[in-house]
Amino acid sequence: MLENGGNSAERKRIIPRRVPVSRREPKERIKDFEEVVRGYTPEEAMAEADRCLQCKQPHCREGCPVGLDIPAFIALIREGRFDEAAAKVREENLLPSICGRVCPQENQCEERCTLGKKYEPVAIGRLERFLGDYELDRGKDVPEPAPPSGRRVAVVGSGPGGLTCAADLARLGHAVKLFESLHMPGGVLVYGIPEFRLPKRIVHAEIDTIHRMGVDIECNVVVGQTVTIDELFSEGFDAVFVGTGAGSPRFPGIAGQNLPGVQSANGFLTRVNLMRAYRFPEYDTPVRIGRRVVVLGGGNVAMDAARTALRLGAEEVRIVYRRSREELPARQEEVHHAEEEGVKFTFLAAPVRCLAGEDGRVGRIECQRYELGAPDASGRRRPVPIPGSEFIMEVDNVIVAIGQGPNPLIQKTTPDLEIGPKGTIVVDPVTGATSKRGVFAGGDIVVGTATVIMAMGAGRTAARAIDAYLRGEADPWANWKVKVR
Amino acid sequence: MFRILKKEVLSPSVKLLEIEAPRIAQKARAGQFLILRVNKQGERIPLTVADCNRERGSVTIVFLEVGKTTRLLGNLEQGEAIRDVVGPLGNPTEIENFGRVACVAGGVGVACIYPICRAFKEAGNEVIGIVGARTKEFLFWEDRLRAVVDELLITTDDGSYGRQGFVTDVLREVAERSSPPDRVVAVGPLPMMRAVCRVTKDYGLKTIVSLNPIMVDGIGMCGACRVTVAGQTRVACVEGPEFDGHDVDFDELAQRLRRYQDQEREALARFEAECDGRC
Ligand SMILES: Cc1cc2nc3c(=O)[nH]c(=O)nc-3n(C[C@H](O)[C@H](O)[C@H](O)COP(=O)(O)OP(=O)(O)OC[C@H]3O[C@@H](n4cnc5c(N)ncnc54)[C@H](O)[C@@H]3O)c2cc1C
Ligand SMILES: Cc1cc2nc3c(=O)[nH]c(=O)nc-3n(C[C@H](O)[C@H](O)[C@H](O)COP(=O)(O)OP(=O)(O)OC[C@H]3O[C@@H](n4cnc5c(N)ncnc54)[C@H](O)[C@@H]3O)c2cc1C
Ligand code: SF4
Ligand code: SF4
Ligand code: FES
Repeated sequence: MLENGGNSAERKRIIPRRVPVSRREPKERIKDFEEVVRGYTPEEAMAEADRCLQCKQPHCREGCPVGLDIPAFIALIREGRFDEAAAKVREENLLPSICGRVCPQENQCEERCTLGKKYEPVAIGRLERFLGDYELDRGKDVPEPAPPSGRRVAVVGSGPGGLTCAADLARLGHAVKLFESLHMPGGVLVYGIPEFRLPKRIVHAEIDTIHRMGVDIECNVVVGQTVTIDELFSEGFDAVFVGTGAGSPRFPGIAGQNLPGVQSANGFLTRVNLMRAYRFPEYDTPVRIGRRVVVLGGGNVAMDAARTALRLGAEEVRIVYRRSREELPARQEEVHHAEEEGVKFTFLAAPVRCLAGEDGRVGRIECQRYELGAPDASGRRRPVPIPGSEFIMEVDNVIVAIGQGPNPLIQKTTPDLEIGPKGTIVVDPVTGATSKRGVFAGGDIVVGTATVIMAMGAGRTAARAIDAYLRGEADPWANWKVKVR
Repeated sequence: MFRILKKEVLSPSVKLLEIEAPRIAQKARAGQFLILRVNKQGERIPLTVADCNRERGSVTIVFLEVGKTTRLLGNLEQGEAIRDVVGPLGNPTEIENFGRVACVAGGVGVACIYPICRAFKEAGNEVIGIVGARTKEFLFWEDRLRAVVDELLITTDDGSYGRQGFVTDVLREVAERSSPPDRVVAVGPLPMMRAVCRVTKDYGLKTIVSLNPIMVDGIGMCGACRVTVAGQTRVACVEGPEFDGHDVDFDELAQRLRRYQDQEREALARFEAECDGRC
């Protein structure tokens, strides 16, 4: 079958449209936090897999940051060999249930899909999710680790980067301990991305697998405060991976930004996701949302905050974004979901100041209109304010989602760690090695905010380099020299 | 899980717990705090590390029962456990030999000022402790404080012990002395810290306050604890909790503390109803 599948794309029958996936109705789904997209059944997955042309030059693979062998796992799905397909995926991607749900596929694998040039691309993400869920439902076996190496590694931060690094190192036979500052592991996967997009049971199940692979997890440890990196070495660790992420919220620097009723999206989402405030008073942490909510920003974080606000009962939720619709950095599918659910958009506008209402809480927000000028360094057209175009909106809450900076604590207490101008940790991109001997880093703490799959890729790269370093096969510090931008 | 080694009732509604937390005990310094979560449904709340015992691997917290979480905490007994404790968080108090230091505390702030007084004393300062309580009943740790200060001045609102009046009355007198303090540190309820700053501003005395905004993560990720200091947005859990009191926007902070008031009342009312007033 595989061999036949490898025939030239032209001879295969083209199925132009994707097998649709079942979703909950917008009217229903905004009443709760249950997942919106239901996922493929085995039959649907096989039908969708059948659309793949099994290209000789699978461009889809080039679009995936971890180079997943997409045609191979799709061919196995087509034949109903789901276990083997899932095993294939796990060779490169440890968390398929998660990536299948949250990867920005339209800019990655699916953007490059040959079929997508003329028709709808193969739904690679949905197929990957199908496999991940299939395996989780069945309770999969954990892979047999290599014989113990006698070396110990501390992994700091339990987001996708740290989890991947820890799992890979455990598989390679090292004793791994994962340190997490919050009371629950998972990073953004548990405190940021909402339940309706990524059910927490999935994240917990994946973490449980990693735990069963022998990774020891200690929560409530803030490295840099509770224990420093140097102290970890004295505790007997031979190497350290830092995957502490970028969760430190940015504020616009406008008057009134600290008024009650103005909050960061991270704070809002943490209350709701990590602390389960949407189940107050069953859970003790409160959350407050008024009738009219303005969300500043246009990324995934903004979409998540807006849709969460709707689910908590806000009547009008409006996203205010500096650029135009085309530049929205959020996943397309989520922008579409947000619109279906009734989130409104004001493009080409940005806040000037927040004004207090009579009760001292935020009551109005003044914004200014923008137009798109010449392209900037990122290649996107730069928004320029239009003088005299200010306008005012009445609000009960403002949620700020204009970006996050690196978490600061490790950098602050590790003087010999080289830090970039924006507070990120500087590494050699080939190995993930930092300027400090024995210390590696990866994920958002290195690149600023990126994606789940990029963080996983960085965790994997570092795991390989750490393994080689611990076995004495390579010394990343032999000629460590990285130009700080 | 973090085991409770000892419990004491210090005054009506103020309780002390000594908790087994070896990692925090090794590291905590004066002025730092921890965040705990009593149980699985619980809220994360910040409390100052009032003392620690490195040999026993324990930390001591002293808290006023104001809402549901502090009530739950107060109901725990020796031998029981707290689900999550993380710390030490925030920056330690800036300790140097400044010469003469006045440490001012109100209410439960007495517990927070104790390690600060001790550290100042150890650094060679002359330490003047000024503590205020509602009534004699609410005063605790007088002996402990006496052991680490050169002079202890006590006020009660009703005059049932020490001087009648507020800490600010005594502070004003101390500021008037021929050799006033070189530095003032104040810990306590917001209105008290604000009043202290008004006094010291008049006399040009540098004053450090320990702010207590609402916090969630305590590592700079949620932005709930941000305060305006000298016109700049600062994150209290990472950049504080201590700031120059003369630069703090107290009005704004007071308003933000009230943000969840309705829900806090609801949680407490439900809690009280559920336990039939037994707690
Ligand atoms: C709301 C939201 C929605 C998003 N949606 C998407 C999406 O749809 N698709 C996508 O690909 N990406 C999305 N992202 C981005 C993606 O989640 C991140 O790029 C990714 O999680 C980064 O992984 P990481 O491992 O580097 O760190 P994180 O996931 O940030 O995890 C870092 C962990 O380290 C812990 N930590 C921090 N400091 C310390 C310390 N000193 N000691 C110990 N532990 C520490 C933190 O508590 C945290 O648990 C989203 C992000 C957010 C906030
Ligand atoms: C760095 C720091 C250190 C602290 N140290 C101590 C300490 O050593 N001992 C102690 O008793 N308290 C301390 N607090 C205050 C303590 O965190 C609150 O009392 C606690 O969160 C209340 O929780 P609750 O659920 O019992 O009450 P809630 O129901 O949450 O609140 C009840 C009432 O307390 C007020 N309140 C809520 N949170 C705070 C807060 N963070 N600060 C002040 N008032 C608040 C509310 O406005 C409300 O009126 C500290 C706060 C911070 C930020
Ligand atoms: S990991 Fe992400 S980019 Fe790679 S194939 Fe899967 S969905 Fe596509
Ligand atoms: S590019 Fe598209 S059609 Fe070709 S192998 Fe990849 S998924 Fe299949
Ligand atoms: S408590 Fe969340 S940023 Fe300080």
